[in-house]
Amino acid sequence: MNLVKKILLYEIHNTIRSKWVILYTFFFFLVGYALFTFSGDVSKSYISLMNIIIIVIPLVSIIFGSIYFYYSREFIEMMLSQPIDRKSLFLGIYLGTAIPLSAGFALGFSLPFVLFGKVSEQIEGFILLLLIGILLTFIFIALSFLISVKQDDKSKGLGLAILIWLILAVVYDGFILLIIYNFQDYPLEKAMIVLTTLNPIDLGRILFLMKFDIAALMGYTGAVFQRFFGSSLGMIISFICLLLWIIVPFFLSSRFFRKKDF
Amino acid sequence: MITVKNLVKNFGKNSVIKNIDLTIDEGKVTAIVGPNGSGKTTLIKTILGLVRSTDGIIEVDGRPVNDNYLYRNKIGYMPQIARYPENLTGNEIISLIKSIRDSNEYADKEILSSFKLEREMEKPFKNLSGGTKQKISALIAFAFNAKIIILDEPTAGLDPISSSYFKDLVLKQKEQKKTIILTSHLMNEVQELSDEIVFLLEGEIKFKGTIQSLLEDKKETKLERAIADLMSQNTK
Repeated sequence: MNLVKKILLYEIHNTIRSKWVILYTFFFFLVGYALFTFSGDVSKSYISLMNIIIIVIPLVSIIFGSIYFYYSREFIEMMLSQPIDRKSLFLGIYLGTAIPLSAGFALGFSLPFVLFGKVSEQIEGFILLLLIGILLTFIFIALSFLISVKQDDKSKGLGLAILIWLILAVVYDGFILLIIYNFQDYPLEKAMIVLTTLNPIDLGRILFLMKFDIAALMGYTGAVFQRFFGSSLGMIISFICLLLWIIVPFFLSSRFFRKKDF
Repeated sequence: MITVKNLVKNFGKNSVIKNIDLTIDEGKVTAIVGPNGSGKTTLIKTILGLVRSTDGIIEVDGRPVNDNYLYRNKIGYMPQIARYPENLTGNEIISLIKSIRDSNEYADKEILSSFKLEREMEKPFKNLSGGTKQKISALIAFAFNAKIIILDEPTAGLDPISSSYFKDLVLKQKEQKKTIILTSHLMNEVQELSDEIVFLLEGEIKFKGTIQSLLEDKKETKLERAIADLMSQNTK
């Protein structure tokens, strides 16, 4: 664990100084600032913020993660020639990428709330959005590492990263609609629930919407989730699924990393 | 001492190292030479554990390396290409490595001043030239007083002055009875520095012995000629 901590500290040092993270923080600050300036209604701002978070965070995390991993390749090689085990190095690099990016988001996102004194208004919504943003960062960085460990070709890897984001953020909803349309005569609830857990972006959306009992407003899967589990159980299940979305890709990529040739 | 027994490495269907047996003696400079793609870097990286062998055993000081990463405390390595996290400085990387290696022996003054690195160590890597990064790699390989030093085409990016100092450094390490493994395409460099030579071709060892014995064998005075001879003989 000590080794992980050492690597982690250096990675954080390196990532925090990158322009990407600063820009990213500033972006969330600007969005929040603009929303609160132009609209006084906190609930409406929450929905807008949620929509931005579940699109932007996965995109930035998966691209940043891939670029960062490919760029670190020679550094990883050098570190592996030192007395260090691969497991610790991988965990150190993963946390060293995910923590600064999450922190950048958390800072940029929270500042407008503090400035406008909106934290105490619907504090649960604030915490929930913060949590979803951080979970999505960890998930999509784990996915990007999985891609980068398996695919040595940088351009193919980056292409794949964008493709995965596109599928999960955009195409997936269309795919679900297509299924609903084609199989409308069948009971689809259970299939829908399974399909939803297969998409972390949908899970993030549902986790948030359940809290506000407006799941039905935001698509079919939300309504099904609500009906099937009720609000609190639905939230717990979607939260657990989100955690699994971090754990599974991380352990898979860590396994591949341990066997990889550098 | 490093012992390699029946080493095989395949990348998919491509067999890069074909059943190599090799002993690298203590206190000597062993040069691994061969044309591009002959498996030199793969062999070195397998010894370091960067590449996983398909089959075979590697022992450092009589102990199989397998997954026991601590043996790398004994090794200093300088890779072919040097790249570091661009926002960190040389000093930060050195202190990271210091904290990972259990060695308290760290001596950098002479290397820093001879390579004129003192001021460069404060700058982030993104502001450093390729040659300067290469010098920092040399610093990392040499400064920890490792018993075994592995150098993969070390002088490729260095200017003549640095390259000449680098060679002095290698010779000094040799006097201290370090085990040094070197790959290079520069035959005069190999001739100047090494005691033993291992000639690799398509993943197989075609020659192993002292430079003197190779030169006598091929009736040449220049190593370059002798190696060329060896190559054409084996590709016929």
